[in-house]
Amino acid sequence: MIHSLFLINCSGDIFLEKHWKSVVSQSVCDYFFEAQEKAADVENVPPVISTPHHYLISIYRDKLFFVSVIQTEVPPLFVIEFLHRVADTFQDYFGECSEAAIKDNVVIVYELLEEMLDNGFPLATESNILKELIKPPTILRSVVNSITGSSNVGDTLPTGQLSNIPWRRAGVKYTNNEAYFDVVEEIDAIIDKSGSTVFAEIQGVIDACIKLSGMPDLSLSFMNPRLLDDVSFHPCIRFKRWESERVLSFIPPDGNFRLISYRVSSQNLVAIPVYVKHNISFKENSSCGRFDITIGPKQNMGKTIEGITVTVHMPKVVLNMNLTPTQGSYTFDPVTKVLTWDVGKITPQKLPSLKGLVNLQSGAPKPEENPSLNIQFKIQQLAISGLKVNRLDMYGEKYKPFKGVKYVTKAGKFQVRT
Amino acid sequence: MSSNSFAYNEQSAGGEATELGQEATSTISPSGAFGLFSSDLKKNEDLKQMLESNKDSAKLDAMKRIVGMIAKGKNASELFPAVVKNVASKNIEIKKLVYVYLVRYAEEQQDLALLSISTFQRALKDPNQLIRASALRVLSSIRVPIIVPIMMLAIKEASADLSPYVRKNAAHAIQKLYSLDPDQKEMLIEVIEKLLKDKSTLVAGSVVMAFEEVCPDRIDLIHKNYRKLCNLLVDVEEWGQVVIIHMLTRYARTQFVSPWKEGDGLEDNEKNFYESDDEQKEKADKRKAYAMDPDHRLLIRNTKPLLQSRNAAVVMAVAQLYWHIAPKSETGVISKSLVRLLRSNREVQYIVLQNIATMSIQRKGMFEPYLKSFYVRSTDPTMIKTLKLEILTNLANEANISTLLREFQTYVKSQDKQFAAATIQTIGRCATNISEVTDTCLNGLVCLLSNRDEIVVAESVVVIKKLLQMQPAQHGEIIKHMAKLLDSITVPVARASILWLIGENCERVPKIAPDVLRKTAKSFTSEDDLVKLQILNLGAKLYLTNSKQQTKLLTQYILNLGKYDQNYDIRDRTRFIRQLIVPNEKSGALSKYAKKIFLAQKPAPLLESPFKDRDHFQLGTLSHTLNTKATGYLELSNWPEVAPDPSVRNVEVIELAKEWTPAGKAKKENSVKKFYSESEEEEDSSDSSSDSESGSGSESGELGESGEERDSSEDSSEDSSSGQDSESESESGVQSKRAAKKNSKPKGKSGCEDGEKENEKSKTSESSNAESSSIEESSSDSESESDSESEAESRRVAKEKEKKTKQDRNPLTKDVSLLDLDDFNPVSTPVALPTPVLSPSLTADLEGLNLSTSSSVISVSTPVFVPMKSHVLLHRMSGKGLAASDKMVSVQITLNNTTDQKIENIHIGEKKLPMGMQMHVFNPVDSLEPEGSITVSMGIDFCDSTQTASFQLCTKDDCFSVSIQPPVGELLLPVAMSEKDFKKEQGMLTGMNETSAIIVAAPQNFTPSVILQKVVNVANVGAVPSGQDNIQRFAAKTVHSGSLMLVTVELKEGSTAQLIINTEKTVIGSVLLRELKPVLSQG
Repeated sequence: MIHSLFLINCSGDIFLEKHWKSVVSQSVCDYFFEAQEKAADVENVPPVISTPHHYLISIYRDKLFFVSVIQTEVPPLFVIEFLHRVADTFQDYFGECSEAAIKDNVVIVYELLEEMLDNGFPLATESNILKELIKPPTILRSVVNSITGSSNVGDTLPTGQLSNIPWRRAGVKYTNNEAYFDVVEEIDAIIDKSGSTVFAEIQGVIDACIKLSGMPDLSLSFMNPRLLDDVSFHPCIRFKRWESERVLSFIPPDGNFRLISYRVSSQNLVAIPVYVKHNISFKENSSCGRFDITIGPKQNMGKTIEGITVTVHMPKVVLNMNLTPTQGSYTFDPVTKVLTWDVGKITPQKLPSLKGLVNLQSGAPKPEENPSLNIQFKIQQLAISGLKVNRLDMYGEKYKPFKGVKYVTKAGKFQVRT
Repeated sequence: MSSNSFAYNEQSAGGEATELGQEATSTISPSGAFGLFSSDLKKNEDLKQMLESNKDSAKLDAMKRIVGMIAKGKNASELFPAVVKNVASKNIEIKKLVYVYLVRYAEEQQDLALLSISTFQRALKDPNQLIRASALRVLSSIRVPIIVPIMMLAIKEASADLSPYVRKNAAHAIQKLYSLDPDQKEMLIEVIEKLLKDKSTLVAGSVVMAFEEVCPDRIDLIHKNYRKLCNLLVDVEEWGQVVIIHMLTRYARTQFVSPWKEGDGLEDNEKNFYESDDEQKEKADKRKAYAMDPDHRLLIRNTKPLLQSRNAAVVMAVAQLYWHIAPKSETGVISKSLVRLLRSNREVQYIVLQNIATMSIQRKGMFEPYLKSFYVRSTDPTMIKTLKLEILTNLANEANISTLLREFQTYVKSQDKQFAAATIQTIGRCATNISEVTDTCLNGLVCLLSNRDEIVVAESVVVIKKLLQMQPAQHGEIIKHMAKLLDSITVPVARASILWLIGENCERVPKIAPDVLRKTAKSFTSEDDLVKLQILNLGAKLYLTNSKQQTKLLTQYILNLGKYDQNYDIRDRTRFIRQLIVPNEKSGALSKYAKKIFLAQKPAPLLESPFKDRDHFQLGTLSHTLNTKATGYLELSNWPEVAPDPSVRNVEVIELAKEWTPAGKAKKENSVKKFYSESEEEEDSSDSSSDSESGSGSESGELGESGEERDSSEDSSEDSSSGQDSESESESGVQSKRAAKKNSKPKGKSGCEDGEKENEKSKTSESSNAESSSIEESSSDSESESDSESEAESRRVAKEKEKKTKQDRNPLTKDVSLLDLDDFNPVSTPVALPTPVLSPSLTADLEGLNLSTSSSVISVSTPVFVPMKSHVLLHRMSGKGLAASDKMVSVQITLNNTTDQKIENIHIGEKKLPMGMQMHVFNPVDSLEPEGSITVSMGIDFCDSTQTASFQLCTKDDCFSVSIQPPVGELLLPVAMSEKDFKKEQGMLTGMNETSAIIVAAPQNFTPSVILQKVVNVANVGAVPSGQDNIQRFAAKTVHSGSLMLVTVELKEGSTAQLIINTEKTVIGSVLLRELKPVLSQG
């Protein structure tokens, strides 16, 4: 399946290569570079490239390209999904998936890749198993290792590999047993010029952080499970229980993981928590325009909206912007033409606004269309869909765990057309 | 953080050196300072030193640096000897890094790599399963052809390992070995077959992967494992799920009939395409009675939960499975999950959108509820945007078009001009597809003509051109508007389009067209080639329609300009047009038709989706994404007209013996199997209602079929429908056939009562019947045979008026193997075969003393017939007279006195035996009367060689030297072993120990019974019960040393077979091969 993997940074250096079958020359990446050049934008590099002898399937993550070389027919999503899993694992191990981190830990990276694929077919991709095979680097451990000569590599087969629950390692022990769930909902929306909603949808995930000893068997129930329209599960969840009782029943992996992700049924009207008043105009035949936006709260259910950021991709003819924010700070990058306004919290008494002039390239025609505004925000202690966790029960173990649920609502792909 | 982690921060040339400096623990830190100035070579020198140090930490540091080099793609191959030494290191991390190195460079340094092999072989026996697995993993990753036999052996052993993890690795190793040496395919398939039976979820995914890579066409290996795979699927790890689902999709398309009803086939034209009308009608009848095979249902049901997987590849795999094999009414469930994937990262979106685009062409309804999910955001990458547009276009209909058009208006204004242009094309397509909005779209597009952006305008012009072509009549205004635009538009495609449009409609705008021509004539020289061609066209059309002198002159002028153009296309066109339209004396017949040629009614272009033709690729595959066939793409077959026998998927509980039941007898086996496995079947299949009646029903059904067989063999074609014309004899056959039909109904065959099916059925049963009967023949008379055999022989002997030497087998060992048989084979069909007189290995014709050898084979028998058997044996033994030690081949010598005098004192004289050979002589015969004969036995230990044993046969007066060369077949003793043991032993006897040959012969010689007979005639071997119809195995051991001799006859395509002999005694093996070959190939 996967023949080789090349990691390439933004400036086009191949800084890591790994081959699972016979060696494929780096020159195969030239086809990739060619495609990259053609695409102009990194986002537009086609994920699947066909070359005379190979196929290249690539992903772009954290300013890095993961380019895999394929020789025969394979479902492309298989490779893409796997590459993302590799990137996730790096993230998990080194805290970030960056060129520096990978170069710093090149040996561990290599050991990981060796375990994750055998002959190009995924072998162990569960974080719990990998961590037993190869321990993540910590300062303490590297000191200990250099003294005792012991290594980061485990010498027994992780029990998870063999059991029916490969995601959980055996012999977990904690003094404080805790189980935390974060219900995170994101609003995807497109708001048109007049402020009416073109499209809105709520996507949610439940992330869990479980530190429980032994083999706990958990079941999580909701007050209103009917809200969940389409759900995707971590492999640990028993599908049958969910189908029949709408209860999430599972033996959790150890540590952080994503329990479910869901979509709230489209019948429910989505409450849009913010509104934006905007007035952006470019004058014909003059080199300046006006820019004026104001953000206000709407249907926020009594919670404060915080962490607001507005990002605007200005038209290419914009040279510079002279703006005054009533709140927060703004930056404009004249190269990428991206305006970022970091607003912060909304206080209903005094709505934040950003006003000023836009300098345009003289002589150029005025932009056809006003840029759309991408808005980020966060509302703590609220699941916008109204989803509520009812209770968490634990079976199989004697101790009493500490349980907690946190709700957050965020803006997902929230776009206001102007 | 390990010490080297700091080092890689520095990417400068001195990085390596600095790194050394920081390695406080390293033993050779001084040499690090060296590194600053030293060359690469020097630097590797110190790595070598570190590797040779006796401190693990130094070694580890060295290995880490080497791995760093490998990761960067630097060449570290010269360190090979130094690294390989550490392969047996106790430190597991060093070991692993050495493995990494070894796998990377072994291919380049094959000889040195061999040094490490023994370490892996040892590790393969390690009690720790992780070590066993990783040893196998590395061993199989070393791409050195010499070790293929070792790999093969390791794989075979690992495939029987207790640890599923090791077995999983064995499955991976299969693919590696296959890519290294495709010749091992056959043996690897055996391992795959074995691993497919594995019940562990860990193994399932990997072995199916191996199956897909090595033998994707051996769909027959899946039958028995189908239900198990379906049931395990949910618990298999996610990557395995993807592979299994793809494989099962292919499987289902070959084994089940189409669940798609004719009614919903409107959008699905692939079916109507190859069938004639009346066939279709017939089909419609069939469809009415369609009932889904429970196995088909099982697959669809068991994959459904996987739509909830977090892994996009799994979701996509299930989606394509539903698309390709589920009834159309049930496909809807996948759309929700696919739409969910659109929340994922851009690469996943890209692939999923592509697949949705293909689906949405065929079945709009599936994704219509999710229309808004495909709305484009300004932040989407262009490739995503265009794909979304594509889907929106496919989903557009009368109901939603107004919303969509409003949405498109926003897109047209997008800063991403490429996207804006794509939107305009989309609007054009919507306009053609939905006639209600054509005018609206056209007006909208005309508005866009005044857009400031050139690309947008150009694209609009092109699209308008296409739209107008479809309904040219009423759009004079638009054409006028576009003519005006010609002054401002500079994009060549757009200008060319306008000119073409005016030319085409020049009769509708008689005033404007010549004016346009005038303008363009002025600018002709500075136009793009594309535009020039259209100017020429416009001129020509006007010349033909507009009678004014001015126009003609203008056209002439343009033609003159074109004549001297730099582009030869334009010169050619000019010449062509001139000849065609300007009347002159030379102009031929064509010019009369010039008007027809230029102003012919042109068909309107079809605005089609680029995804239109993609659906012939399996969704979710690389080939689908690229829209070309990728290497290794496996075609999805069309649904079979008639489902193949569903009972092949039944799994038997008890391993019923079918040692001698070879190919073609499947039917018969199945009936027995079904009979026994009824209870399990009920558990397995959900629709117990349909299956439960199978018990007795199937029995009678099978009986019925056999009845049918009988008459079908007589008149195979006529009996198909009712059997009216059949004789009374077949009466019962017909009745039971009905029963058979009834029985098969719930199995989903109900609609198949037409002749075709029937014929097929009878054909198969006919052949099976023929074969089974021949087998019965060969097996049934075994009892009598052993007796009759000796009789026959004695008769033969009597006929001959000469002295005869008869060679026979030593029965003692026979006894032992008999006992063994008891343990191994619960049931086996008894077989005993007579052997004709072997061509005498030596004939000495001396004074009427004539020696000839004949041999016979002791029958292999079975515990079922034990009493009988022992009788035979005793009989044999008693016949033997002299018993020799069990290493000896006994030789019976019949001495006939053909003279008229008494011959006295016959004895063995001087023996000339090669090294190691021994002979047990017979007691001297005092005297032999004239015409009398006496049989004596002697034993010769041939020492497993084919050398001749020479000795002197003396009478009172004379000495004659005679010699006996044993036929190879006689140096063997049959042994009984199970197929599993056989394969295990065979796995150990590969490489040098294996000889093989391809035999060609007429197919009738390859019926199992014939082969059996032939092989047993030549060699004294025992048949091994075989699970495969096309493979027959025989086992024996040599008399002297007891080395195994394994003979495999494998039937291949056409009339060839492969004969493989595995034995340690290679000489005997090759001689035997030589002898078997002609025997098997002759008619």
